[in-house]
Amino acid sequence: MTWRTATIIGLRDETATARTLTLEVDDWPGHVAGQHVDVRLTAADGYSAVRSYSIASAPSSDGRIELTVERLPNGEVSPYLTQQVIVGDQLEVRGPIGRWFVWDPEQARSVQLVAGGSGIVPLMAMIRWRASASGTASFRLLYSVREPSVIFYHEELRALSSRANSVDVTYAYTRVTPKDWPRPAGRIDAELISSATWPANLRPSVYVCGPTSFVEHTTELLIAAGQDRQKIRTERFGATGERK
Amino acid sequence: MAIISRGFSGRRSGAETKLPPGQYLTTDFPVLSAGPTPHIDLDRWEFTIDDGRNILKRWNWKAFHELPTENIVVDLHCVTRWSKLGTSWEGVSLDVLLANVKTDLPYAMFRSHGDYMTNLPLKDVTNNQAWIAFKYDGSDLAPEHGGPARLLVPHLYLWKSAKWVRGLRLMSEERPGFWESLGYHIYGDPWKEQRYSEE
Repeated sequence: MTWRTATIIGLRDETATARTLTLEVDDWPGHVAGQHVDVRLTAADGYSAVRSYSIASAPSSDGRIELTVERLPNGEVSPYLTQQVIVGDQLEVRGPIGRWFVWDPEQARSVQLVAGGSGIVPLMAMIRWRASASGTASFRLLYSVREPSVIFYHEELRALSSRANSVDVTYAYTRVTPKDWPRPAGRIDAELISSATWPANLRPSVYVCGPTSFVEHTTELLIAAGQDRQKIRTERFGATGERK
Repeated sequence: MAIISRGFSGRRSGAETKLPPGQYLTTDFPVLSAGPTPHIDLDRWEFTIDDGRNILKRWNWKAFHELPTENIVVDLHCVTRWSKLGTSWEGVSLDVLLANVKTDLPYAMFRSHGDYMTNLPLKDVTNNQAWIAFKYDGSDLAPEHGGPARLLVPHLYLWKSAKWVRGLRLMSEERPGFWESLGYHIYGDPWKEQRYSEE
């Protein structure tokens, strides 16, 4: 797998701490939704640092990919990618990587997505691919965030979910809810799993992505609700978090 | 020649000399698994060695704990690029488990609860290079880190150290395990940076 030169052609803030980079990659071979890339930064003296980031964009043939990067307080790479880079800068990417936590539109069965925080990124690639490929799978997304201001892709999800036969989106707030929100702030619980996710008898494909504790907690609830553990695919990131 | 990233200086800890190429140091213990964490009943736990035809060895949890154990301190290197230095474990050496197994088969497939599997040359799990570990940092190994027991092969990338391990099958030829079938390297030496299969 070779390192390819990528040019930053667009930057978009998602939240106060997260930013989407649009990259034009030389000879990009294409990807499927859910995959990630390695990003390599190299200092003038040759020192380099590499981190993996999930691809947020749907597969396309234009050689472009989008990465959404959350800035970590003590990160080595994420502060540079979210604060220092400007359009026209170049970096290197390698990939796509990963053939397990992936979905493609030929999978027509029901799909349950469960995101914790920046774990939304690879799931958004699946949602976008379903939309751009006119997929017929029935999608539900349960998206847990600390508070409304840290939701990624909020407007786009609102627009997509208002279309018929699109993705059904439920938010769960762990610390602060919007005004007049019916459910008090708190972790996802069995009741929310039962009201906001596909019932087990539909045998959905389930993708769960988020911090380790989130993934452990929600997969336990999904299994308790009858979901087949063989149909649950997970992607976790630890406190170092630079996986996303 | 690498592209220079304008204005990037990076953060050098001085520990890089101890790290394989492309790794960075972490002090916490991230988790990477392909699916839900299985919770395994110790009454039903067992570890078996077979050759594809016959079960050659079998231990239940109690018998396993009657085997001699070792305390080991090793560095861990995950293919997702974090490394954690000086982790301490308690486990049973594969040398103990394989001591009375006579075989000419040169490869092993380690198998786990939850259907995970990973392949290893037998020579990489003998001669004091691999353990079935059941304690981490003095405590019972937590389920998300592979408890009640996991394989520990610290000289290879950590995906080779199968969590929730339940046995190994000896094989005449090398066959890919789970991640090895999904684009990761068949062997996985971090010092040679064997992360991905070249295809």
